[in-house]
Amino acid sequence: MPLILDDDQTMLRDTAHEFMMGEGSIAKQLRHWRDMQCKDGFGHDLWRQFGEMGFAGMLASEADGGLGMGAVEAGVVMEEIGRNLTPSPFLSTAIVGVTALAAADDDARARWLPGIVEGRTILGIAIDEGARHDPSNIAMTATKSGNGFKLDGRKRAVLQGASADALIVVARTSGAAGDTQGLTVFAVPTDAAGLSRDAVRLVDSSMAAHCDFDGVEVDGGSVIGDVDNGWAVVSKMLAAGRAGAASEAVGVGGGAMDITFEYLKGRKQFGRHIGSFQALQHRAAHLYSEIEIARAAVLKACQLIDENADNAELMVSVAKAKAGDAANLAVREGVQMHGGVGMTDEYDIGLYMKRDRALAEYFGDGRYHANRVAELLGY
Amino acid sequence: MAEAAPNPAGDLDAFRAETREWLDANCPPEMRLPVQDEDDVCWGGRDWSFKSPAQKSWFDACVAKGYTVPDWPKAYGGAGLDAARTKILKQEMARIHARPPLSSFGIWMLGPALLHFGTEEQKVHYLGEIARGEIRWCQGYSEPGAGSDLVSLQTFGRDEGDHWVVNGQKVWTSYADKADWIFCLVRTDKDDKYRGISFLLFDMASEGVSTKPIKLISGNSPFCETFFDDVKVPKDQIVGELNRGWDVAKYLLGHEREMISGGGLGGAMVSIGAAFKAEAKADPILRTDFARFDVDTLAFRAMAERFVDQMKSGQGHPAQPNMMKYAGTELNKRRHELVMTAGGSDALEWDSAASDEGKRPRGWLRTKANSIEGGTSEVMLNVIAKRILELPDA
Ligand SMILES: Cc1cc2nc3c(=O)[nH]c(=O)nc-3n(C[C@H](O)[C@H](O)[C@H](O)COP(=O)(O)OP(=O)(O)OC[C@H]3O[C@@H](n4cnc5c(N)ncnc54)[C@H](O)[C@@H]3O)c2cc1C
Repeated sequence: MPLILDDDQTMLRDTAHEFMMGEGSIAKQLRHWRDMQCKDGFGHDLWRQFGEMGFAGMLASEADGGLGMGAVEAGVVMEEIGRNLTPSPFLSTAIVGVTALAAADDDARARWLPGIVEGRTILGIAIDEGARHDPSNIAMTATKSGNGFKLDGRKRAVLQGASADALIVVARTSGAAGDTQGLTVFAVPTDAAGLSRDAVRLVDSSMAAHCDFDGVEVDGGSVIGDVDNGWAVVSKMLAAGRAGAASEAVGVGGGAMDITFEYLKGRKQFGRHIGSFQALQHRAAHLYSEIEIARAAVLKACQLIDENADNAELMVSVAKAKAGDAANLAVREGVQMHGGVGMTDEYDIGLYMKRDRALAEYFGDGRYHANRVAELLGY
Repeated sequence: MAEAAPNPAGDLDAFRAETREWLDANCPPEMRLPVQDEDDVCWGGRDWSFKSPAQKSWFDACVAKGYTVPDWPKAYGGAGLDAARTKILKQEMARIHARPPLSSFGIWMLGPALLHFGTEEQKVHYLGEIARGEIRWCQGYSEPGAGSDLVSLQTFGRDEGDHWVVNGQKVWTSYADKADWIFCLVRTDKDDKYRGISFLLFDMASEGVSTKPIKLISGNSPFCETFFDDVKVPKDQIVGELNRGWDVAKYLLGHEREMISGGGLGGAMVSIGAAFKAEAKADPILRTDFARFDVDTLAFRAMAERFVDQMKSGQGHPAQPNMMKYAGTELNKRRHELVMTAGGSDALEWDSAASDEGKRPRGWLRTKANSIEGGTSEVMLNVIAKRILELPDA
């Protein structure tokens, strides 16, 4: 398969591009909700529009009312989201949540997917328990209780945890923290008794929640996949989430780069455009090549996920690490090349810096994934 | 370049199966081992002598099949493969670690320029010779006063009716002492800087051509000073129009830069950490350096694949080879720094038998040229800034 978008994917990109630039723009969404201190950090109307546009259900199978698309298409939309810093539950719900639900039984799918496809339902992803990503280090317990389970433990900074209708929760049904064996995945409605959520606003104005599970009872139907063998589901969720976050990072980096280059062409000092200074031109050109390489790595990872290839996991880690490095370079250079105005809230470049910082932490940062790459390559 | 129309996936699968079978039958086991020495690379040319029967049989099989230049048209010695089939052939060769049957400046640089600018007779004649490995070419661009600022070149071709008489000096001419012919930038109009250069081809055995090898920091002498003293060049040995050689030169540089960027891929060393497992285990900081480097290498490999697919589908920016060259060469220099570090004092040995005559340090030093030859990294960044990013001039 050529490592470029095909005609349908290009059309999807154009549609998503136009939509995020318009409805999803920084002025209309991110700044709007941030300035009113929105408790969810995004607009529910926009999420419903995601439903109408077919974005919300793009990964759900056609039998489940979705479009049956893959990681490449999801990545295309994520990149445009990143470029416009559009706040939405797309990553947690449409990508990671739907990927988890693909392994769920008919009842669970029928319960959650129609609302997701329409852009009404929101899922939170509750894997990590510490502040740094470590997905097998799970202490939360799920003990047998009647025909279901009782959940006890704590999840940190759950993505979209504040606004979610349900959480996809990874809990331990056997084994010890650190084992990939003995994990089970659950879909837990957020109105379940014993579940309390403590919403926190993050640096990028997105909302997460620390979630406490105190004897939360769920029935057997809420199990996704097999009891004790949840890692198979978690792996798929992580691959999808990492590829999605990496795609968004390319968008964030690319967006920061573009507005910075515009600035270099407009701002004058010493009687000339600052973009004519070779000291800045070289850094700009280096940044461009890093973003290009990151985009190639991410597209490759997405293609390999869709092909179910053996080396998909390796390339996903490469993509998450590389996209993180490139986007981080873009926002750091972006602020510096803007000079003083780069530090002001009025200019958008600082918003890109904040989003990049948050995104880097999702599903493992560059160091985490470089370490994964080393492990997968056998050293 | 493609002769065969795009085909449904089934045909491509069949092509892959055929290719596997053909490679099985024709690529000798010795030709699937990593390249160890300079003469493991088959350069062809009048004076070429094959290192082994295996090298010769692999070369002959590929020439017969058009696989020295698989995507060139059959009429010019290629196999006429379209983009999808060329990619499959490359993948299948990489899968068994097959060596390139023939490597040459003709394939990488002059060939693409001739395909674009050559007359039909030139294509049939010169491309055929290149495909069959009969003529080895060298590149006469740089001069003592014209390096990064190539357009300042002074070598002059005086019009003598049916031929030019060329006088001047080139420098850094790689393999000039081993090459049969040269593609050379020659000033044919002193009054117009850009539109006063012509792209000439001539035989290095012509009267008045002499070469003098230059010793490098690696201790090797792969390139020369090249002198022209009243060298006669017939008028039909020009590529493109008179005084429009700069267009040909730039087009060719795009291909040269793409070729040099290939060093970034790391050849058989897909993962540096996997190549030095014990060292990675003993030194956690080195392991981190390896891991970070492998991330960059694997990402660059994806970029190289994407670059080819973008160019073949007409989506790539025409100046993108400059980005590839910049990124690929800087990566390869980093790789060799790590290879030296991994080796410790062993990697310092210069001429002992154990060090294979200092292969590692000499190879490390050689990579420093990557970001100089074919246009320096700084020049690449200038070109990216101007042509791709369209940043303003001073
Ligand atoms: C191994 C090797 C093989 C080669 N093979 C060939 C060959 O076969 N044929 C051939 O014709 N040539 C060949 N070359 C020559 C090569 O193309 C030149 O060396 C190269 O173009 C640089 O020119 P220069 O050496 O004169 O350096 P200079 O142009 O003098 O550059 C010196 C330094 O100044 C920097 N610099 C120059 N201009 C600028 C600018 N505008 N902005 C910022 N920085 C700048 C450069 O980046 C470099 O760091 C080869 C070189 C090497 C090292």
